[in-house]
Amino acid sequence: MTLALYVPVASPVHRAPAGLKLALLAGLGAGLFLVPDLAVVLGALAAVLGIGLGVARLPVRALVAQVRPVWPWLAVLLAFHLVVTDWHTGTLAVARLLTLVLAAAVVTATTRVTALVAVVEWLVRPLAVVGVRPARVGLVIAMTLRFVPLIAERAQRIREAQAARGATGMRLGMLVPLLVQVLRLAATLGEALDARGADAPASPARRRTGAAAP
Amino acid sequence: MRWGRRAAAVAEAGALPRTSIELRDVSHSYGDRAVLHDVTLRLGEARVGVVGANGSGKSTFARLLNGLVIPSAGSVLVDGLDTRTRLREVRRRVGFVFQDPDAQIVHPTVAEDVEFGLTNLGVDADERARRVDDVLTRYGLAGHRDHPAHLLSGGQKQLLAIAGVLVMRPQRVVFDEPTTLLDLANTRRIARVIDELEQDVVVVTHHLDLLTGFDRVLVFEDGRVAADGAPAETLRWYVDRLS
Repeated sequence: MTLALYVPVASPVHRAPAGLKLALLAGLGAGLFLVPDLAVVLGALAAVLGIGLGVARLPVRALVAQVRPVWPWLAVLLAFHLVVTDWHTGTLAVARLLTLVLAAAVVTATTRVTALVAVVEWLVRPLAVVGVRPARVGLVIAMTLRFVPLIAERAQRIREAQAARGATGMRLGMLVPLLVQVLRLAATLGEALDARGADAPASPARRRTGAAAP
Repeated sequence: MRWGRRAAAVAEAGALPRTSIELRDVSHSYGDRAVLHDVTLRLGEARVGVVGANGSGKSTFARLLNGLVIPSAGSVLVDGLDTRTRLREVRRRVGFVFQDPDAQIVHPTVAEDVEFGLTNLGVDADERARRVDDVLTRYGLAGHRDHPAHLLSGGQKQLLAIAGVLVMRPQRVVFDEPTTLLDLANTRRIARVIDELEQDVVVVTHHLDLLTGFDRVLVFEDGRVAADGAPAETLRWYVDRLS
């Protein structure tokens, strides 16, 4: 699981503002579905590959790693269209999704998480008038990117521990220990955020009675 | 020898102000479970170790020192500032390193995580970049600055957690069992890092070797300070009691 994808290279794509890259990605997504022309979509796919591999000089494996998890879904989609519609529609649908996945991979591989988070904070800033704290929204996104691979790793450890004791295929059986671990992690994480200055104004009354035992 | 390296570091960096922490009649409970009973003491030494069995109250004691836990009764004063009322100032003075670095690293990549605390302190961008570079270089993480934190080794994660605290320049750092999850080589590495810190430290640990050269050791037992003194005598008393 590689959600933190930034690949440090000195390239014009890396230097481009995160907001511009996200806007182009959104525009590409809309454009691909507005223009049902296979030649145009394949041209966009070639352009994305050219930008990613040629201009941004990303390693091929960085893009392949992002496409690998969606291959089965693309194959199912193509098979579905071959049965229900025709090869042209199927190829168009697969090419659209593949182009978008690769474009998103190029954006995340050339943009630091803090830059992406700053764009999100800027976008939600108007919501501050109804009490939304943009910095908190940004922190939640950054922490999601940080903790998804960590929790996946913990889930893998639980699976291994269960397998070591003879359990097989206990997908549901790992939920309770995983939930317990995640809750403990969350309790310590809350303390760590406080310790590193991310705390809201102090509320001693809550802490006095509500803190979990370490 | 160990003290000499640290003293040299202090002399080079310019001495940080010494932090004094005072506990007055402190008791603490989690619900109905009392974990600390009437602890009164003052910590003024540069190197203080805390040992004790699991459940003896030492981790709660550590969390009291920078206001992560507010006592049920009594008060904790850091340079005269009560953790109950002056929490933010207390936390600027006292940093905290947790046992599990995974629970302390909040950003996906190394440099971004180190920068996190500085952003919270309101430090400007140029100063943030300078301090992050400094601390990553000092702890051998400069080559990993853009790497995903979850791909670091256990020792590197603990170094990152320490860097994330030290970059905020606290005057005292509390370590809660910082080597429990580490192998021998990484334990020695973290011990060296702690040894060379210019900051005052409080180290809660089960690894008694970590306390070599310390000024004072506290032994916790059933939520009370059972022994308090110079490391040689106090640790001997503790080991004898265990056997």
